[in-house]
Amino acid sequence: MNFIDLLKRIPEICKTPETLPLEGKKLILDFVTWLGSLVGIAVPPWVLTLVNILVVIVAIIAVFLIMFALMSVWERKILARAQNRYGPNRVGPWGLFQPVADGIKMLTKEDIVPRNADKVVHFIAPIVMLVPALILPVLLPYGRGMVAIDLSVGILFFFAVGAGSEVAIFLAGWSSRNKYSILGAMRAIAQMISYELPLVMSAVIVALVAGTLSPTGIVEAQGGYQFGFFPNWFVFTPWGFVACVLFYFSALAESNRSPFDLPEGESELVAGHLTEYSGFKYALFFMAEYVGMFAINGLLVTLFLGGYQAPLPFLTFIPSWCWFFIKLAFLAFSLVWVRATMPRFRIDQMMQFAWKFMLPMSFAALFSAAAWHYAGRGLLGWGISAVLVAIPYFALGYFCFTRHHSADNRRYLFSE
Amino acid sequence: MTEADGAGAQTLDVSLGPQHPSTHGVFRMNVRMDGETVVKLQPVFGYLHRNHEKLAEGKSWLGSMPFTDRLDYICPITNNWGYALAVEKLAGIEVPDRAEYIRVIVGEMTRIQNHTAFLGFILGDMGAWGSALMYAFREREKILDLFEGLTGARMMANYMRFGGVRCDLPAGWLEKARAYIETYPAFLDEMEKFLTGNEILLSRLQGVGVMSAERAINGGLSGPVLRASGVDYDIRKVDGYGVYPRLKFRVPRGTVGDCFDRFMLRILEIRESIQILQQAFAQIPQGPILNPAVKTRGFKPPVGEAYGRIEGPKGELGFHLVSDGGEKPYRYHIRPPSLINLTLLEEMCVGTKIADVMVILGSIDIVLGEVDR
Repeated sequence: MNFIDLLKRIPEICKTPETLPLEGKKLILDFVTWLGSLVGIAVPPWVLTLVNILVVIVAIIAVFLIMFALMSVWERKILARAQNRYGPNRVGPWGLFQPVADGIKMLTKEDIVPRNADKVVHFIAPIVMLVPALILPVLLPYGRGMVAIDLSVGILFFFAVGAGSEVAIFLAGWSSRNKYSILGAMRAIAQMISYELPLVMSAVIVALVAGTLSPTGIVEAQGGYQFGFFPNWFVFTPWGFVACVLFYFSALAESNRSPFDLPEGESELVAGHLTEYSGFKYALFFMAEYVGMFAINGLLVTLFLGGYQAPLPFLTFIPSWCWFFIKLAFLAFSLVWVRATMPRFRIDQMMQFAWKFMLPMSFAALFSAAAWHYAGRGLLGWGISAVLVAIPYFALGYFCFTRHHSADNRRYLFSE
Repeated sequence: MTEADGAGAQTLDVSLGPQHPSTHGVFRMNVRMDGETVVKLQPVFGYLHRNHEKLAEGKSWLGSMPFTDRLDYICPITNNWGYALAVEKLAGIEVPDRAEYIRVIVGEMTRIQNHTAFLGFILGDMGAWGSALMYAFREREKILDLFEGLTGARMMANYMRFGGVRCDLPAGWLEKARAYIETYPAFLDEMEKFLTGNEILLSRLQGVGVMSAERAINGGLSGPVLRASGVDYDIRKVDGYGVYPRLKFRVPRGTVGDCFDRFMLRILEIRESIQILQQAFAQIPQGPILNPAVKTRGFKPPVGEAYGRIEGPKGELGFHLVSDGGEKPYRYHIRPPSLINLTLLEEMCVGTKIADVMVILGSIDIVLGEVDR
C-alpha cells in the first residue's frame, strides 16, 4: 500500500455519497496503517480501535457543534423574519459568522460567581449539563450503518442519560443562591419530570410495535413503502401520529423551548436558572440546550419520521444521512416557528396539560398501537386504532378540556 | 430566604424589580409567594421620581408644558392637553374651533398608538418573545411619523398652548393622516384575529385579575381598566370637553372585569377612536389655531384654583392648579391615571400565580414616568 493509492481512493469514495462517511472512516484507518508502515512497524489493532473511536467522537462533536453554531444564527434569522426585522447580518456574509463573534464575546466576558454561591456546584453545573447532551447524539443512526454505538437498549439509554440535564438545571438553580434561579430550577424539575412520562410512553409505543429498543432496528422497521409509494413511517398510522405529536410537545418541554420555556421565563423570572451565569459557563448551558434539542429531535426523527429513510421511493438517490439531517432541520425550523408564535403557558396550565391530557392520551395511543398490531397492521387495524385514539381524544376534550376559554362568550356593552 | 407563615407553610419573599424585564420601567414589587402563588404583594414606586410638581412651581405657567411630555412618555400630547385644559379653565380662555379639532385629532391618534403599543407589551409580558410587539410598534411608528410631521418631534411634542395649539397642520398632513387611518382597521382586524384566536393567550388572560365594578369605583380606577369592570364612565362623555359633544362615538365597557376584558377594551376603543377621527377629519373648519388674547410672555392667570381633566389613553389625567396671580403656579398637582390604577394591584394579584402578576400589571398599562413623576 502506498500514499498514491490512498489519494486515488478519494475520488472513488466521492462517487458514492451514500457510503461516503463510512468509506471516509476506513480511509483514515488505512492512512494510519500507512503511517505505521512508513516507520516500519505494523500498527497494533488497539491503536486502530482507538483511532476508530476518536474519529467517530470527533465527527459527532464537530457536526453537532457546527449545527449548534449555525442554528444559533439561523434561529435568530427566522425569529427576526417572523417579527418583521432583519436579524443578524453584520458579521460575515448574511451574518453567518455571528456565532464566531458570539463565541469570542462569551470567552472574553467576566465570569461572575455570586459571593454567596456554592462555588463548586456552581462550577460543575454547566459541565453536568453538557456531558449528557453530548452523549445523546452517539446513539442515533444517521444513515445506513452509520451509528456510533448500536446499543440494543439504545432508547432506554437515551432517556436514562437525557434525564441528567434535570439534575444539572437544579444544581445551577440551587447553587446560584438567587431566588429567581431557585424558582426557575423548581419549575424545571416539575416540568421535566411531568413531561418525561408522555415522552417515554410515546417511545415505548414505538418500541412495542417495532419489537426492539435499538434505534437502528426501529428505523429499519419503518423501511419500505406501502402500495409502492407510501412510506411505512410510524407517523402515518393513527397511533403513531398521536404519539408523534405527544413526543413533539414533550420534546419542546424537555428542551425548555417556548411555549414551555417556564424555567427561563424571561418576563417572570428574568432568566431562571441561568440568571447568575455569565461568560463561557452561560455559553456551555446554551450549547448543551441546543445539542440536547437536536438529540431529542433526532430521536423523534428516528422513532416516527423514518430516520434516514427517504419519503418517496424515487428519492432514494439522495444519501440516507442527508435525509436524516433534512428532517432534523425541518424540525428545528418548526421549533423556531413555534417560539415566534406562541405566548408562554402558566405553570398550572402546563402541569394540567401534561397530567390530564398528554399522559392519558399516550396510554390511549399504547392500546391503539397494540390493537393495530394484532389486527394485522392493515386497513382494518388502521380503522380500529383510529377509533381507539379518537374516542379518548374527544372524551378528554369533552370532560377535561372544554373550550371554556373563548373570545366569543364575552359580551361588550356600548353606551352612546 | 424562607420564613414560616402562620399556617406553617413555607413562603418565599422575592423582590421583583426595580431591574426586571417586565415591570415596565423601574417599578418594584415585594412579593411573598407560597410556591408559585402570590400571598402578598406590595408595590414600591418612586425610583423615577423627578420632582415634577415642585419643579413646575418654579417655572412660568407655559414653562412646564414641555415637562408634561415626560409624564406618560408613550402619549405626550394628551398630557399637554390635560395641562392646557386646566390652565384654560383657570384663566377662562376660549379655544378656537380649529384648534379644538386639531386637539381631538392628535389626542385620538395618541390613544390609538398607546393602545396599539399596549397590545404588543402585554404579549411580551406573556412571553411571546416580542413578535406581536414588533408589529404593534411598526404601526405605532407610522403615527409617530405623523406627529413628527406636525410637531417636529416623534414623542416629546410640546404641542399644546393655552388657548390653542403651537402650529397649524402642515400642507397635506390631513390627507396623509386620513390615508393612514383608513389603512389602520385592516391591521387591527388581523391583530385581533391572531391574538384572540390563540388558545394560550385566552387561557392566560381570561379569569385572571378580576376586579368588580364596586371595588374599581372605590379604588378610584379610571380609563379602560374601570370600563372593563363594567362601569360606564368616560370623561369625554361626562365632561364633554373640547368638541367631543359634536362627535358621535360609543363607549365600550366590559362585563367580567378580568385581564381579557381590559385587553379587548383597548381594541374596541381603538375602533371608536377611528370613528372619531374620521368625523373630525370631515368636520375640521378653517380659522385661527390660537386665541390671540392669550399672552405668551408674562402670562398671569387670575387668583383661584382649577381642576382640569381629560380622558387620557390610560385613564383620568387631571391637573389641579392653584394660582396666586403670579407668573408661576402656586401649586401644581397631577392626578396620574397610572398611579391610581396601580393602587389596587395587590387586590388583583393575591391568589394568582407569579406569572399572572406580570400579565395583570401589563393589563393595567402603566408608565413609570407618570407613576413616579
